[in-house]
Amino acid sequence: MNWHAIRVIYAHELGRSIRTLFQSLATPVISTSLYFIVFGSAIGSQMGDVGGVSYGAFIIPGLVMLTLLTESTSNASFGIYLPRFTGTIYEVLSAPVSVLEVLAGYVGAAATKSVVLGCVILATARLFVPYEIVHPWATAGFLVLISVTFSLFGFVLGVWADGFEKLQAVPMLILSPLAFLGGTFYSIKMLPEAWQTVTLFNPVVYLVNGFRWAFYGQADVNVWISLGMTLVFLAVCLAIVAWIFKTGYRLRT
Amino acid sequence: MADSIIQIEKLDKTYKGGHQALKNVDLEIKRGEIFALLGPNGAGKTTLIGIICGLVRPTSGTVIADGHDIAKDFRKARSAIGLVPQELATDMFTTVWATIEFSRGLFGKAPNKKHLEKVLRDLSLWDKKDNKIATLSGGMKRRVLIAKALAHEPTILFLDEPTAGVDVELRREMWEMVRRLRESGVTIILTTHYIEEAEEMADRIGVINKGEIILVEDKHDLMRKLGQTQVTIVLKEPLTSLPHQLLTWPVTLSEDGTTLHLALKGESDDTEADATGLIKALAALNIDFKSVDMSRSSLEDIFVSLVAGDNQ
Repeated sequence: MNWHAIRVIYAHELGRSIRTLFQSLATPVISTSLYFIVFGSAIGSQMGDVGGVSYGAFIIPGLVMLTLLTESTSNASFGIYLPRFTGTIYEVLSAPVSVLEVLAGYVGAAATKSVVLGCVILATARLFVPYEIVHPWATAGFLVLISVTFSLFGFVLGVWADGFEKLQAVPMLILSPLAFLGGTFYSIKMLPEAWQTVTLFNPVVYLVNGFRWAFYGQADVNVWISLGMTLVFLAVCLAIVAWIFKTGYRLRT
Repeated sequence: MADSIIQIEKLDKTYKGGHQALKNVDLEIKRGEIFALLGPNGAGKTTLIGIICGLVRPTSGTVIADGHDIAKDFRKARSAIGLVPQELATDMFTTVWATIEFSRGLFGKAPNKKHLEKVLRDLSLWDKKDNKIATLSGGMKRRVLIAKALAHEPTILFLDEPTAGVDVELRREMWEMVRRLRESGVTIILTTHYIEEAEEMADRIGVINKGEIILVEDKHDLMRKLGQTQVTIVLKEPLTSLPHQLLTWPVTLSEDGTTLHLALKGESDDTEADATGLIKALAALNIDFKSVDMSRSSLEDIFVSLVAGDNQ
């Protein structure tokens, strides 16, 4: 194992976030606050409890998930796309590092940033809504698992993308809609039955519900199914990354 | 037999589009030498370096670097190699110091401030260590790339067009630095368009064209074999024929009898002796002359004739 390589890649990537610390933290804090003001206070005050918790508290796991998905993906994708774009990737490709070390560095740093953001959002949410977490360990586990999974997904995206517009398009055009339609702001039980079935094909439903279970001890989907689906997605991303390094896809000619 | 540090055997590379960049390349680099790889654009120089350094996947063939197969034992092979790429690809927002620390760690070495300081001092970059790379000039960025390549103490250094777009003074400095590196035991392989550079620095020269190594030779041998000196002597009075005393030289007389041409093969030291010998002989024969002009073929001429011959 080339531990030094993991150390420097990880530090280099986190350094990138620290240089832009203000934007990195301010953006999610502001947008989460806006969601709480609009959905939590303005609309939420008109709504009854959902699944035994107030609407404001109900949307917290979904909001955290929304940020985790988009931030992990865009962070990790930029992390690997940028050196590809500037040409500095040559150094990583010529270094005595294996897939595992490259991933641990790049994906580890992106996931770390996401976990920190998730915690910041949870703290921000506390200012608006009093909430209790039923399963703190499971919450932490899901937070880390989903950050890692979507950072891996971002890594794949960053290797695949051949332009900045694609990097932005995927989080904006695919992840955000999936997150919004995945029960972030509502329980899927509120939908007509036909739409409930359609929703079950949205992978984000499982992530949000797994996280919500960890928070409040109940959700629309069984927690084990949620966990299973998350692990399946993680495995798919890992398989694609393994394939990328095996074939050299878009990295080595 | 000199100890070899890189052995390349039957290396082939065909890119996806079908372009065959390397054809059955065999090449051996000796430990401690400066090897110059010459070739026109698109000859396969960068592909060859790319394969040895792990950036390009070979279609077939083997490469052993410092005793390690680059595919089977890639960690050890790559740890021995430093690469200075052709493009000025640098991480603009980090400092010089941070980027060389990154390079050292990436290649699996524990931090070593002393070594990195020495590398920066040798490259006259020490006072720039806290500057962001974006603020440096092109020549300095090139030196930062060299510093990055040396950060992990490689035994083999690849310089891909190290002086492209570098001013004359800096080029001289860089040549000096390369010589110092060689003295410290590093084997250096450089590609260049500037024949002058190869002539100045290399111990051996390889010529690659259309993916094939067409020649590998000691620089002095190459110059001896293919180097030419042309001497043109314009006479005050035309001669009707060549005096027999001059026939020992490969000399010809122009039709009007006013000019003597001497074509000498070999390295400049030998040919200069021949040329002065001829002039002394002329003086002894009381043949007066108006001017003497000497021109030496450079490696460039040799290279052009080689490549042109190959292209026919």
